[in-house]
Amino acid sequence: MSDLAQERALEPARAATGTTAIETERLSVFYGAKEALKQVSIAIPAREVVAFIGPSGCGKSTLLRSLNRMNDRVPDARVQGRVLFDGQDIYGPDVDAVEIRRRIGMVFQRANPFPKSIFDNVAFGPRINGYTGKLADVVERALRQAAAWDELKDRLRQSAVGLSGGQQQRVCIARALAVEPEVLLMDEPASALDPISTQQIEELIYALKQTLTVVIVTHNMQQAARVSDRTAFLYMGELVEYGATQELFTRPTEPRTEAYITGRFG
Amino acid sequence: MKATRLQLRRKLTGRIMGALAYLAAAAAVLPLLLVFGYLLLKGASSVNLDFFLHMPRPVGVPGGGMANAIIGTLMLVGVASLLGVPIGIGAGMYLAEHGNAPLATSVRFLADVLNGLPSIVIGIFAWQLLVRPVGHFSAAAGGIALGLMMIPTVTRTTEEMVLTVPTALREAALALGYARWRTALRIVLPTALGGVITGVLIAVARVAGETAPLLFTSLGNQFWSVSLTQPISAIPLQVFNYAISAYDELHAQAWAGAVVLIALVLVISLGARAVVGRGFARGND
Repeated sequence: MSDLAQERALEPARAATGTTAIETERLSVFYGAKEALKQVSIAIPAREVVAFIGPSGCGKSTLLRSLNRMNDRVPDARVQGRVLFDGQDIYGPDVDAVEIRRRIGMVFQRANPFPKSIFDNVAFGPRINGYTGKLADVVERALRQAAAWDELKDRLRQSAVGLSGGQQQRVCIARALAVEPEVLLMDEPASALDPISTQQIEELIYALKQTLTVVIVTHNMQQAARVSDRTAFLYMGELVEYGATQELFTRPTEPRTEAYITGRFG
Repeated sequence: MKATRLQLRRKLTGRIMGALAYLAAAAAVLPLLLVFGYLLLKGASSVNLDFFLHMPRPVGVPGGGMANAIIGTLMLVGVASLLGVPIGIGAGMYLAEHGNAPLATSVRFLADVLNGLPSIVIGIFAWQLLVRPVGHFSAAAGGIALGLMMIPTVTRTTEEMVLTVPTALREAALALGYARWRTALRIVLPTALGGVITGVLIAVARVAGETAPLLFTSLGNQFWSVSLTQPISAIPLQVFNYAISAYDELHAQAWAGAVVLIALVLVISLGARAVVGRGFARGND
C-alpha cells in the first residue's frame, strides 16, 4: 500500500471519534517462510464494527488472530511490526498474552461450546477472572446481550452441546461477552449457520457496538455491508483498501477492490 | 438387468471376505470367553463368603479364604496408582501439548521402552532399590514396582486421548483469558477424561494380575497385614503358591482366587466408568 493510501487507512479512525481501539503498524505475519500478512497498518475505531473481507487465504483471519495473539500457539508463526492496544504494543516484551485475550475476546467460525452446561459455559470466564458478584447475574446479562436469554433461560443446566448451531454460537458469544471484553473479534461467526440464525447474529453484532468494538471476518460481502461501519479489503496478505463501508462498496478507489466486490474474482 | 458373470464373481468374493472378517472377529474374542468359562467352571463353586472373610487355613480345615490376599492386592494397586497415575497423566499431557520438542521425542521413546521391559526386571530393580537397603520385603516396595509399570501405559493413553481434544476448545478457553496451564487442567483434561480413565484402568488391570515383580518386593504373607512396611500377600501370589501345591483343596482355592481377581478388575473398571460417565454427562467441573 502506498504511503498516501496508508494515511487514508489510518485517517477515518482518528477523524471519527478520536479514539482508536486497536491499531496495527506495519504488521507482518509469517508461517515458516510464507508471508501471510504484509506490512498491514490499520486503525480500528472504538465502538464501531469493522469488517475484514477478501478471498480465501488473503490473510484476513491471520490479521484477526494477531489482534489478540491467538497465533502464539501456532508453532512456526512469527510476527513483525506492532499492534497497539491501550497505548502499548501487545507483542511487547512485558505484555501478558493472557491478559490481552481477556480484554480482547474472540468468537470462532464453528461454535465451540465446552461439553458443559449452558450456565457453566457462560460462567467459565468470570469464574477465574476474579469476578466477585453473583455469577447468575453475569450469566443472565451475557445471555441477554447475546440475544439468547429468552430462548435458553429455562435450560441453563442442560449441556450446551445439545443445542442447535445458532444457539451454540450465541452461547459462545455470551461466553465471550461474560468477561466484558473491550473488543470482540469474530472469525466468520455465521458461516456455518442457517439464514435465520445468521440474521440473529447480525442483529446482535449491530447492538453490540453500543458497548464494545467488534471486528468481524466474513466471506459474505452482503453481510459486511449490512453489519459494518468500516470495511477493509485484503488480498494476498496486503491491505488493499480500507474505508467507510458505504464508500467502499459503492465507490471503491482500488481496481482490485472493485473487481472483488463486483464478483470478478474471489 | 441380469447380473453378468463378473458381477456374480465380485458379489461372491465380497461374501467370502465378509465371512472371513466375521470369523477373525469371533476368533479374537474367543480366547477371552474360553478363559472366563473355564475359570467359572473350575473356580465359581469355591467362591463363597468365607473366601472373602477368612484367612487361609491349613489343609483339611474347611472354610479357608484369601481375605489377606484380597486386601493386599487392593493396597498394592492403591500404592501403585498413587505413583503411576499422577506421573503418567502429567507426562502424557506434556507429550500431547509439547509433542514436537526434542525432549518429548526422547520421553516418548523411553516410555515405550519401559512399557516393553519384562516385569521381572522391574521386580529386581525395585528389590535392589527398596528392599535390600531396608533389609526386608515390604508392601510399599511391591506397590512402587507396580506403579513403575503403570507409568508408561498411562502416559501413552493420556497422550493419545489429549490429542483428540479439538483445538477449537483450547482456543475458546485461551480467548477467555485462560492461561495455557489452566486451559490444560480445566478444559483439555476433563474433555479427555473418559479416555484417560480407560487408560488408567487398563494399567490397573494389568498390574493387579502381576506376580513376578511381587516375588522380590512384597513377597507374600500368610497372615493378616495392612502395613506398608511389612511383607503383604496378593491374590496372584497366593494363586501361584496354591497352584503349585499338592493338594486339590488348595487347587480349588487357586481357581477361586483367579475368579475373584478377574471380578475385582471388572468391578473397578465398571465402577470408575459409571462415576466418570455420570459426572461428565451432567457437565459439572
